[in-house]
Amino acid sequence: MGAKAENGPKPPPPLSSPPPFKALVKLKTKQQELLIRSAALALIYVLAFAIRLFSVLRYESMIHEFDPYFNYRTTLFLTRNGFYEFWNWFDSESWYPLGRIIGGTLYPGLMVTAALIYRALRFLTFAVHIREVCVLTAPFFASNTTLVAYFFGKEIWDAGAGLVAAALIAICPGYISRSVAGSYDNEGVAIFALLFTFYLFVKAVNTGSLAWSLASAFGYFYMVSAWGGYVFIINLIPLYVLVLLVTGRYSMRLYVAYNCMYVLGMMLAMQIRFVGFQHVQSGEHMAAMGVFFLMQVFYFLYWVKDMLNDTKLFQSFLQITLTCAIGVGTLALGIGMASGYISPWTGRFYSLLDPTYAKDHIPIIASVSEHQPTAWSSFMFDFHILLILFPAGLYFCFKRLSDATIFIVMYGLTSMYFASVMVRLILVAAPAVCLISAIAISATIKNLTTLIRKKSKAALTVSSKATSNLKASAKALLDQSLPFQRNGAIAVLVGAFYLLSRYAIHCTWVTSEAYSSPSIVLAARGAHGGRVIFDDYREAYYWLRQNTPPDAKVMSWWDYGYQITAMGNRTVIVDNNTWNNTHIATVGRAMSSYEHEAYEIMQSLDVDYVLVVFGGLTGYSSDDINKFLWMVRIGGGVFPVIKEPDYLVNGEYRVDKGAAPKMLNCLMYKLSYYRFGEVTTEYGKPTGYDRARGVEIGNKDIKLEYLEEAFTTSNWIIRIYKVKPPKNRW
Amino acid sequence: MGRTSAAMAVFLFLLLSLFSILQLVSSSPEIRVLSAERRIDVTAPIARVFLTLKVENAGTSEVSEVLVAFAPTEAEHLAILKASVAEGKRKKKTYVPLSVNPSESPDAPNGAQLYSVSLRSPLKSGEATTVEVLYVLTHLLEPFPAEISQSEPQLVYYRDSATLLSPYYIVEQITSIKTPSNKVESFTRVDPASRVGSELRYGPYHDHGPYSYSPVIVHFENNNPFAVVEELVREIEISHWGSLQIRDHYKLKHAGARHKGVFSRLEYQFKQSVSGVASFRHLLMKLPPRVHSVYYRDEIGNISSSHLHIDSQKSELEIEPRYPLFGGWKATFTIGYGLPLQDFLFESHDGRRYLNFSFGCPLIETMVDDLTVKVILPEGSRNPTAAVPFPVDQHLEMTYSYLDVVGRTTVVLQKKNVVPEHNTPFQVYYDFNPVFMFAEPLMLISAVFLFFVACIAYVHVDLSIGKSS
Repeated sequence: MGAKAENGPKPPPPLSSPPPFKALVKLKTKQQELLIRSAALALIYVLAFAIRLFSVLRYESMIHEFDPYFNYRTTLFLTRNGFYEFWNWFDSESWYPLGRIIGGTLYPGLMVTAALIYRALRFLTFAVHIREVCVLTAPFFASNTTLVAYFFGKEIWDAGAGLVAAALIAICPGYISRSVAGSYDNEGVAIFALLFTFYLFVKAVNTGSLAWSLASAFGYFYMVSAWGGYVFIINLIPLYVLVLLVTGRYSMRLYVAYNCMYVLGMMLAMQIRFVGFQHVQSGEHMAAMGVFFLMQVFYFLYWVKDMLNDTKLFQSFLQITLTCAIGVGTLALGIGMASGYISPWTGRFYSLLDPTYAKDHIPIIASVSEHQPTAWSSFMFDFHILLILFPAGLYFCFKRLSDATIFIVMYGLTSMYFASVMVRLILVAAPAVCLISAIAISATIKNLTTLIRKKSKAALTVSSKATSNLKASAKALLDQSLPFQRNGAIAVLVGAFYLLSRYAIHCTWVTSEAYSSPSIVLAARGAHGGRVIFDDYREAYYWLRQNTPPDAKVMSWWDYGYQITAMGNRTVIVDNNTWNNTHIATVGRAMSSYEHEAYEIMQSLDVDYVLVVFGGLTGYSSDDINKFLWMVRIGGGVFPVIKEPDYLVNGEYRVDKGAAPKMLNCLMYKLSYYRFGEVTTEYGKPTGYDRARGVEIGNKDIKLEYLEEAFTTSNWIIRIYKVKPPKNRW
Repeated sequence: MGRTSAAMAVFLFLLLSLFSILQLVSSSPEIRVLSAERRIDVTAPIARVFLTLKVENAGTSEVSEVLVAFAPTEAEHLAILKASVAEGKRKKKTYVPLSVNPSESPDAPNGAQLYSVSLRSPLKSGEATTVEVLYVLTHLLEPFPAEISQSEPQLVYYRDSATLLSPYYIVEQITSIKTPSNKVESFTRVDPASRVGSELRYGPYHDHGPYSYSPVIVHFENNNPFAVVEELVREIEISHWGSLQIRDHYKLKHAGARHKGVFSRLEYQFKQSVSGVASFRHLLMKLPPRVHSVYYRDEIGNISSSHLHIDSQKSELEIEPRYPLFGGWKATFTIGYGLPLQDFLFESHDGRRYLNFSFGCPLIETMVDDLTVKVILPEGSRNPTAAVPFPVDQHLEMTYSYLDVVGRTTVVLQKKNVVPEHNTPFQVYYDFNPVFMFAEPLMLISAVFLFFVACIAYVHVDLSIGKSS
């Protein structure tokens, strides 16, 4: 794909064309190149959008997963009630009885973006529903990202590399995984904002222009408003500046770019309530501030050096100033830390630096599958050939080192590290990997094509000198070339095309098979090869919405909180915004206690309904029984009465006859398997055979005393129980 | 039991004495009902009553209308009242509809509501004729017990009178009540009364005076789906580019005995014969032939459980809500589809266009408490008028859809208490200038054109202020 685009700009003097036509073509070479380039870019733009529509075609235009449901719900609120209502919204439907101040605890960028697009479409008399806007926001921004990638590539290498980068990122699975239609999440717009900010900053560094650095400050502001990942920017850019300083690449351009971007970006970021004064108060943002002061010291030193004109005097001055500056800096930091003014690093930040940290200290972060360290296979899955091209691109970057290539190298290396620590950060690495690989592809193909064309050009006039002036050295090299060089070049070129076509096939396959499932609706192949749809989640949520009192409180594990509030329209105890560990631990404790103990907890939380997800009948493996150990761990982390070994037998987690007695009688087990012992799930197996875990359950005679079955979906995936009112005392 | 019968006796006595007083002052004694046959069908949640009255003019002057009376409880549940008269001999028998109007009568006792049926030709003295009356009553079956568990069948009360409430003297009358099954718990005996299978028979009774009333209660099993659409909004959007888009927004409810206690999926799935007999899962919907692009969804997305059968005569859509509906459970959903315009839009003699579409709910055997039909006319249409065969509330509003600048005139028709008998065609007439059809395509074309012009201008104009090298 990229190769084709790369090939485009360069066919000006074809051998076969007759002379008169050649003259005509020659006149318009530049325009022709522009036309082909913009056409390729437009196609890439459309492609990036189209490839993300698999989910809509396979399923329907719907919101996916968990967090997007919260975003959708808030966007709906924003479009209905206006911005100020949204900003001051106290949501009593979640975190009962605590509630949540929505305006102060979210990144509003995504919702505001979607609402603005919606308004604009409405203004243009397109009567779309806000849901369609939300579903298509991520693909739209992915398309925009390809444009940014093009300009970024153009900035760091050349237009060809930019075009290849745009094509690569358009279909890179690592990026698609978070930006398919329906995945209405912060990352969808944040990757665009991230790359855009980086591009503007590099542009500002390259030009030293205030306008560009101002633009990058605004890009940063948008990024801050959209995603917590802005911390990556505010640490990477100072690091980059530091590297430039250390390598002696300090310049006035850098000074202008960084200072303007940092000061303005910081002030703008403070306007986001969720971020607030973190830029001056939190440990994660201190690096940027330190580098900011360091820049001033550097500038001051340069000025003094200019003034002094005396190396010896300057040396001693340098020593004094540096010691003072570092001393004052550390002192300030120390005082800030000690007095609590500067908050220490958060757990998430620690777990990025030390992958084992979360497992030991914060089970709630470790319990999320997308926070696990990345396996090699998923790198291969998400990057495919880019994984091989990445080092090659690094080689090219180092060969032609400039301020811009240093940036992309640093971005690539740091994000690769983060990607290997957490699965979901592959997303952040994807643009860097695409850009660096694009440089490798573009440079290689360019070299090869010049090699091939050079031979034939010997017979031609000097007319094409303009196109090959860059490769003057290659020409010189060619003169004393090996005999089979041309053939070899052709072979390598064919190989490159093959690889790129494999990449395109792989990306399409991955997108259609792995990343286009909404996870709310499950699809399976039936016995006759037909498609069977399990729509149990929505069945249950809609039942809740229609047939329970409007003020009913639903207790479930936190994974389903957002979905219950958005689709079921009912109050939940905990949800996916895991801000209160104790509250989640209380729910975990209730789930892992005996029924009468759990009843007391549920009474204290005013719970009316309990919802559990159960995959034993269908073989759906990500159900609550499989998540149960995390509930025990999180519950036990706060309430020591819950002990993990009580639920294990010889360190083994089982649900059959050999399971631990506490396990067989805890609330979660009872609710999951209530009356399941009477069901024959598979031919030739005993009743109560759990298909998700492949065992016969250990407790078939479950009696419920304080709860009663209120609703079970048609495939038993969701089971809802009603908490009975307390018994009369007389 | 003893107490109720005593109370009933007192009540009857009071009624009779009242009637006898009234009879003295009654002003229309000239009509006599020779025979009245009433067939009441309560197999569905809707009660349908077929009444055959043979009336005779016993007075001296001509009579042009016959009165039909309803008790207040019936009158408030009355959805539709139709009368017709049979003409012609056996084979060529045709029913000619008669007009029915509410009528006020000062001597109607206890708030009895009267309707007058206008005869085709006045009845001369001594002549007799037969009038067929059909009326439909909704929400009249009262579930008792009001709450049942999953395994219990649904029992309902039907209250009526053994004798026909009529302002006339009735010589002979008979009433039969058809129940859905022969499971009848109890029924009030007013001799002669009998039960054969699923049919209850009251009568024949002879020589009852005007407004005689003897209350009866029938308690029987009725497991038919008590599907009630609490609110239905139908949007019919006309596009002169050849399609008619229908969007129906339903608020469905199981209006039978409320579900109590546990819902066990196990029993519902594996013991279907005894479990959840009063609930329902499927609903059938009759759609016009040549229907296309049918969708079935609700607020949270597509509902994948529906089947469409299309043949040349009609289309049938079998829908299944996300979950089975037990008593008191609700479900809301939207069904939309497209239809070819030429089947429904015509041009009248005076050059006006009119839409001919069926009023009422396409769901089979379902009553609608509150029906709103919105006919969205194309942008630029003027002077809309609606012709509906029964009284409805109507007003106009504006709807904005894709690329609408002035908005689409929308005719809104509202009616309460709608039953399948209301599925009759209605017409909406309007003036439309075909030029308006091209307004929106032209808008799009000019927008694209302007975009290209802007591109050309941008490429050719140098906007830079200073000279950059």
